[in-house]
Amino acid sequence: MAQPFRIATAGRLGKADPVRFTFDGKSFEGLHGDTLASALLANGVHLVGRSFKYHRPRGMVSAGAEEPNALVGVHRDAARRAPNVRATVQEIHEGLNAVSQNRWPSLSFDVGALNDLASPFFSAGFYYKTFMWPKAAWERVYEPFIRRAAGLGEAPDRPDPDCYANRFAHCDVLVIGGGAAGLSAALAAANAGARVILADEQAETGGALRYETGAMIDGMPGWNWAQAVTADLAARDNVRLLTRTTGFGYYAQNMVGLVERLTDHLVSPATDQPRERLWQVRAKRVVLATGAIERHMVFPDNDRPGIMLASAARTYLNHFGVTVGRNVAIYTAGDSAWQAALDLKRSGVSIAAIVDCRPDPQGPHVEEARRLGIECLTGHAVTGTGGRLRVSSIKVRPVSGGAERTIACDALLTSSGWTPAVHLFSQSRGKLAFDAETQRFLPGNAVQELVSVGACAGNIDLGETVAEALKAGHEAAGGVARKLPKLAADSTERWSGGMLGAGEGAGAESTAKAFVDFQNDVTAKDIRQAVREGMRSIEHVKRFTTTGMATDQGKTSNMHGLAIAAEMLDRPIPEVGLTTFRAPYTPVTFGALVGHGKGRLFEPVRRTPMHDWAEAHGAVFEDVGQWKRAWYFPQAGEDMHAAVARECRTVRQSAGIFDATTLGKIEVVGPDAARFMELMYTNPWQKLGVGRCRYGVMLREDGFIYDDGVVGRLAEDRFHVTTTTGGAPRVLNHMEDYLQTEFPDLKVYLTSTSEQWAVIAVQGPKSRDIIAPLVEGIDLSDDAMPHMSVREGMICGVPTRLFRMSFTGERGFEINVPADYGRAVWEAVWAEGEKHGACAYGTETMHVLRAEKGFIIVGQETDGTVTPHDAGLSWAIGKKKTDFVGMRGLARPDLVAPGRKQLVGLRTRDPKTVLEEGAQIVADPDAPVPVPMLGHVTSSYWSENCGHSIALALVAGGHERMGETLYVPMPEGAITVEVTSTVFFDEKGARTNG
Amino acid sequence: MRKYSVFAIAREAMRGHKGWPEQWSSPEPKKSYDVIIVGAGGHGLGTAYYLAKEHGITNVAVLEKGWLGGGNTGRNTTIIRSNYLYDESAGIYDHSVKLWDGLSQDLNYNVMYSPRGVMMLAHNVHDVQVFKRHIHANRLNGVDNEWLTPEEAKAYCPPLNISREARYPVMGAALQRRGGTARHDAVAWGYARAAAARGVDIIQNCEVTDINRGPDGAVTGVETTRGTIGAKKVGVVAAGHSSVLMQMAGVQVPLESYPLQALVSEPVKPVFPCVVMSNTVHAYISQSDKGELVIGAGTDQYTSYSQTGGLHIIQHTLDAICEMFPIFTRMKMLRSWGGIVDVTPDRSPILAKTPVSGLYVNCGWGTGGFKATPGSAHVFAHTVARDEPHPVNAPFTLERFRNGRLIDEAAAAAVAH
Repeated sequence: MAQPFRIATAGRLGKADPVRFTFDGKSFEGLHGDTLASALLANGVHLVGRSFKYHRPRGMVSAGAEEPNALVGVHRDAARRAPNVRATVQEIHEGLNAVSQNRWPSLSFDVGALNDLASPFFSAGFYYKTFMWPKAAWERVYEPFIRRAAGLGEAPDRPDPDCYANRFAHCDVLVIGGGAAGLSAALAAANAGARVILADEQAETGGALRYETGAMIDGMPGWNWAQAVTADLAARDNVRLLTRTTGFGYYAQNMVGLVERLTDHLVSPATDQPRERLWQVRAKRVVLATGAIERHMVFPDNDRPGIMLASAARTYLNHFGVTVGRNVAIYTAGDSAWQAALDLKRSGVSIAAIVDCRPDPQGPHVEEARRLGIECLTGHAVTGTGGRLRVSSIKVRPVSGGAERTIACDALLTSSGWTPAVHLFSQSRGKLAFDAETQRFLPGNAVQELVSVGACAGNIDLGETVAEALKAGHEAAGGVARKLPKLAADSTERWSGGMLGAGEGAGAESTAKAFVDFQNDVTAKDIRQAVREGMRSIEHVKRFTTTGMATDQGKTSNMHGLAIAAEMLDRPIPEVGLTTFRAPYTPVTFGALVGHGKGRLFEPVRRTPMHDWAEAHGAVFEDVGQWKRAWYFPQAGEDMHAAVARECRTVRQSAGIFDATTLGKIEVVGPDAARFMELMYTNPWQKLGVGRCRYGVMLREDGFIYDDGVVGRLAEDRFHVTTTTGGAPRVLNHMEDYLQTEFPDLKVYLTSTSEQWAVIAVQGPKSRDIIAPLVEGIDLSDDAMPHMSVREGMICGVPTRLFRMSFTGERGFEINVPADYGRAVWEAVWAEGEKHGACAYGTETMHVLRAEKGFIIVGQETDGTVTPHDAGLSWAIGKKKTDFVGMRGLARPDLVAPGRKQLVGLRTRDPKTVLEEGAQIVADPDAPVPVPMLGHVTSSYWSENCGHSIALALVAGGHERMGETLYVPMPEGAITVEVTSTVFFDEKGARTNG
Repeated sequence: MRKYSVFAIAREAMRGHKGWPEQWSSPEPKKSYDVIIVGAGGHGLGTAYYLAKEHGITNVAVLEKGWLGGGNTGRNTTIIRSNYLYDESAGIYDHSVKLWDGLSQDLNYNVMYSPRGVMMLAHNVHDVQVFKRHIHANRLNGVDNEWLTPEEAKAYCPPLNISREARYPVMGAALQRRGGTARHDAVAWGYARAAAARGVDIIQNCEVTDINRGPDGAVTGVETTRGTIGAKKVGVVAAGHSSVLMQMAGVQVPLESYPLQALVSEPVKPVFPCVVMSNTVHAYISQSDKGELVIGAGTDQYTSYSQTGGLHIIQHTLDAICEMFPIFTRMKMLRSWGGIVDVTPDRSPILAKTPVSGLYVNCGWGTGGFKATPGSAHVFAHTVARDEPHPVNAPFTLERFRNGRLIDEAAAAAVAH
């Protein structure tokens, strides 16, 4: 018979369509609306997984997100494999393919279960005490073995074809949890006119009303009310209702992260439909209605398949119409589990016994159970279970002592009470308060704009919960007190009672396996052992035993672990402490957090206005920060070396055109602009004439070079500052930082103009001839516009800031034009350039040409440890200046001590040998390790123009070593070099006017 | 100390593991000690251990305001490597790597040092230059570090994406084979147990509220939440809180503290064989023995003592992880957390005597502290015991910020190290 454990008269799936799915290759039928767990249970399948350490057979414990055991792999196709999916959350769809994990060769026969036999050896923390001999065996034998045995599912082995989405949202009231409390709060807030977002992790709202059959709200059964309210809310413009959406993290300033699962329940989602969506919601006020999580009982062998939480069995019965067994026993320390027996009994399921460890539980549920003829063993405990792949019996005895008795059953429902789900409250950094009477941690004072209502706030009365949630929603929406809404709500059910820690038979002397944390196989005796070994903080106990560290993060187990440790230490629970709640509440797919930020969108690609031209002309690009920069322009048959050699030659023979757009640009404006520049740069600026430029050096507070660039003075109160490409944002931040904190009295305004200007450098003896026909209103003669000057005028009919400057040592110009015109002006310049035999050149040639002249690149010749003196830039420090950032740092003894690493040139003895950048320099190549090092090669190139290789290097006491022979030791032998000046070409600098 | 061994485990297995003694006791503080170490992280506990073992100073207390190993020792991503650029750094980190090798046997505690290799990815020409510089300097310093082509990097770490189409294609990698990971909690516990066995008192839940000095200015002890405790020498090893403690003795320490986040995935079967770091895209990753992917994120931009951080930092890190390892998008984040990194102006630590007689400080490890634990503890014990630095930590003075003799690994490595 299909679905033998489905009860037609129970549950809400009714006449839903049948759905075929497979588990471990075997085909099953379920109903539309089932979770994988409910569908397997409908088929009588409890065994779904193996535990982490002992590989013990395990079944579903819960019917929700707190599930520790029922983790499976879900394989939609070869590329869409998700490990560690909770069967209690995964909805089935036609063709769903699920597989069990952590077993070999099969789930029912797992060789790893040998671990269980050897478990006396594998006690808590055993691996810290062994696997140390012989020493090499850890790395080669033990660790690989442990790694293979550990882990649960298999990671995907190919890229994920699915996409993920990301949205930001704001609202007045964000409600997390759509049970009776959350719906009430959302309803009141929406009625008061607030913009509301309601998120619930289930496919349908309703929360505990899914199984709480005794609840009546507003004259309707609780579930019906929930669906009616949900439909009402969904129809409103001011409400956004998100199901299958988990509030996973509470961050600063009332930002809550939600993750919405969009396609995992669909048969064949559209390929462009996001699988999940991350919501980052900033709410004026948050209402937490996250409910409570039932705990299991801790007793010997409490982990067999078929042993589950009472509320889970009720969910399977009352919502899914599935009974978890034919002859079900109950073991509880609280009232709510009794209702499971009553529900099952009324549905025709035999109840083997209700075992309650409390001596004399009272209430209508007890009376009802007795009336129905159920055997009620109060004051009794379950002290063991039988069965291999499924529970088949329990051992029961009176708590006060006495004979043990075995009762046959095929399922055992346990409950030791309820733990309020305070995870998000705690993440919000609110302090938890321990309520000694009910043995619960409850929300204390909130530190963000939030309120907890219902079971997560410790409320176990439905009428009060609804009233307080209505009030919370109403107030969060700013509603006036006299309009506070009311709803009649009542439940016949009772939620009191419960216990923490180990039950009978799992006490201090017991050697039985009474599991606290199912997934990580942590037993009560492991926790006791940890305490015995000196672990006194709950954090130590957790880390030593791994309790609460599994994929469920201890949702059902943490309070038990804490209580057992507290008992061992003979201290109150709050003194032993509570481990920190950390995001996420349930595991969140990496993809959802990544969203669109992958591939091309991982980081924005910045391209200059001339990028496409360069691409069309064959440029090879390099990444510089986020920028793509043309690296070199190979012509047919040229490799990089040949292309760069040609470009270098051409620039010095005629001219080259270079895209310098990526350089940072900052407009420094204001009556105090010159004073500010004096403070930010080592150079003097007050006397720099309008229309003139100067090479500026910027230091950090500590006296080391931070950035450099040519600065033009456009007016008394206006400077056009350029920075390095990578330095653009940090230099602006640096300037703003000083302006706002150290020099707030200065009237200066800073504006980044990096994106506003396209920059075309034209360098070489023909540069003036190339641009002259294009420029209007600027006299380009050497007298009118000498080297290091700037003019404003027109080029190609568009405004320009034209700099006469050179990073090549040749006569040169840098044409700044509004970025939108960059490509057009470039093409016009190019057309003129071609007439003179000019070439386009890239960053590599730029590097070589500047190195031939000994010009530094910040970040290459400097690394944050180089002073202007070290770099040969002492001349750039204003001698009469009384202050600038870094002046004091620069005066520190070590920064002026002899022997500092200083920038020099290097020539290899063999002119054809090009040194490796980053190679070290030594005086004695034969010295033993550690070899004393004098410095390193910062830049090194083949110089076509010099006919030999050139290099720049930082060498200890380098300025005093001119002409000295040093060595660059390479793995294959030392290279002999001579220390030279940093200037290899046109030492007199005549060519800037050439 | 009862020796741990497979035989001891077998014996205990027979009696339900009820015979294991406490790994360390929790004594009441004595009136005074020869040496007080403030801070029971790996560095502090290790210092106490080496004081006892190498210098015969056993009248030692380690004071901890919380639970031992609860600071950055228990919050980091456990990466171990020593391929630092400067001689001083290579010296101290390699001293540490040498002690890692054999630490389990020395402590009789399996700290699970796993030299599975640390690979650092180069994504642009600048990275290549920097890594080559490291490799050359390391080779001449006797520290292993080698250059891999993208294909070799992929062979060493198969999940790596070396596509030329990646946003920042991998241009190569620097690999230190002796680098790897260790089990962070075990390091704290192993040192605690071994120190306690040699007579050291480990006193948890004991916060130092003041440092007492005699008429000559020298240290005489500390005030704590559990009373006054005398000491001839006090070593402060309290990470970001060191500056607050040193202030109590009038010593300024240039530290800034930032939240640094990390996260783990759900556990899976072995899929990631080594440690990979990328400074350019800001991420580092390894897989723990338990099967979790352990992923380090960046620091928040602002200073703070809050052990938490923004979601956007996590997002950016996972962007980078999934960009480098596209097979991981369907993996799930299980837990994220924060630690506080204490950062000096040159991103190198301070391990030194102070201007106050009898007061010593070991702090400022930034993001690099875990890997240094044994080496740092070893030379700091020397410094405290002999009142003079070990040659390895001699350069890591407090004075260097005044005289400018900096050891700027941040400048050399760009960001996290």
